[in-house]
Amino acid sequence: MDKTMPDLATAVAGIEDGMTVMIGGFGGSGAPIELIHALIDRFKATEHPKGLTVVNNNAGNGHVGLAALIEAGMVAKLICSFPRSADPVVFTEMYLAGKIELELVPQGTLAERIRAGGAGIPAFYTPTSYGTDLAKGKPVAEFDGRPYVQERWLKADYALVKAHKGDTLGNLTYRMAGRNFGPLMCTAATTTIVQVSHLLEPGALDPEAVVTPGIFVQGVVEVSDPAQEEDLNRAKAVYPEVAQ
Amino acid sequence: MSARLTPAQMAWRAAQDIADGAYVNLGIGLPEMVARFQPPGREAVFHTENGILGFGKAPEPGQEDWDLINAGKKAVTLKPGTAFFHHADSFAMVRGGHLDVAILGAYQVAENGDLANWSTGPKGVPAVGGAMDLVHGAKQVAVITDHTTKDGKPKLLEACTLPLTGVGCVTRVYTNLAVVDIEGGRFILREKLPAISLDELQSLTGATLHIEGAVADLNAPEV
Repeated sequence: MDKTMPDLATAVAGIEDGMTVMIGGFGGSGAPIELIHALIDRFKATEHPKGLTVVNNNAGNGHVGLAALIEAGMVAKLICSFPRSADPVVFTEMYLAGKIELELVPQGTLAERIRAGGAGIPAFYTPTSYGTDLAKGKPVAEFDGRPYVQERWLKADYALVKAHKGDTLGNLTYRMAGRNFGPLMCTAATTTIVQVSHLLEPGALDPEAVVTPGIFVQGVVEVSDPAQEEDLNRAKAVYPEVAQ
Repeated sequence: MSARLTPAQMAWRAAQDIADGAYVNLGIGLPEMVARFQPPGREAVFHTENGILGFGKAPEPGQEDWDLINAGKKAVTLKPGTAFFHHADSFAMVRGGHLDVAILGAYQVAENGDLANWSTGPKGVPAVGGAMDLVHGAKQVAVITDHTTKDGKPKLLEACTLPLTGVGCVTRVYTNLAVVDIEGGRFILREKLPAISLDELQSLTGATLHIEGAVADLNAPEV
């Protein structure tokens, strides 16, 4: 059972119009830049996929990665906790122009909704957002004398995740704070595609060190020396590059 | 009106209340400065909600590793004992009552402990991040804020007028004029700048400052 995919284009070939796609990363850390750019390449060549619902903590930065996906017009709705960042000009302009829908979710609730989706738990109660605008319309219940807000699970058709080392069975480790949403999103998508910086044979990863077990992963593709969003933005990169 | 504390002095004052070994989350911006002023002999363990416990200070420019950032997306460093974890574990630490202290910024704080710090109204792009999670679960939820807005309006109020982050969650407020506890739905004045009168401080506060026992002088060194 080898889950290796031959290239990035093959890895994102199954994503269709209107799908929900979870994209790992917190800001630039853990952002699967190359998988996102492969998806943009497909859209530029075929006009698909479009009308996507994207789940990410943020709304992208600059004109690469998630921001470039939004800028290309492929995203109809964003589910995130913090769409403001150093340079979120792409999302901001499209949101204020009414061209993209936003579902704002507190960060811990976003994580737990994804975890619940992956764990087969349709709803849960959290103290987060009780009494605030973000709890409007949601059921509230008291447990041991305190009020809690009911939140629903979050699942996706695809997850695009960046990991550090992975084996051909899909067992994964992550790199530092690049882990963030990755292990959760891997569990919550029908099809999880992971770009790994080092693709290894089974047995090369210490079983004690595996963070995401391969059962949650459907495809791995090796991207050695992946780009960092922060570096690209400091270099004022734009994706796709504008033809001169 | 006497000199108010600088942001660094407010952060210094808040740092004096953090015990050795405490697990602490510092919000983006001014609260982050608290880490710089830990008293000698004490070492808190700092949590950042994107998934690091026990991180070190900022690296030298040019030495950044962009997989090693804090919740404000600024580069940090490793130190002995650092741990990484995913977001569900990170917010289990937050909501599960495992943090000793969370320190946040504020637009407004009400005498019942309500906090408004995420939205100034319907204009622009709304963003909440981890603030609504952080106000639940930490044993102490403290706020660092100027006592008044830039145009002189009180930020400590009978009731918040801006959208709430959390209900009845704040336990202590550090301002550039005073230290105020929130107990039983009331502001209790604990410390004030020596040079400001009680009347003047009350006039800059949008709810009654109650006094229980002595009010200590709020003094902070030049930092």
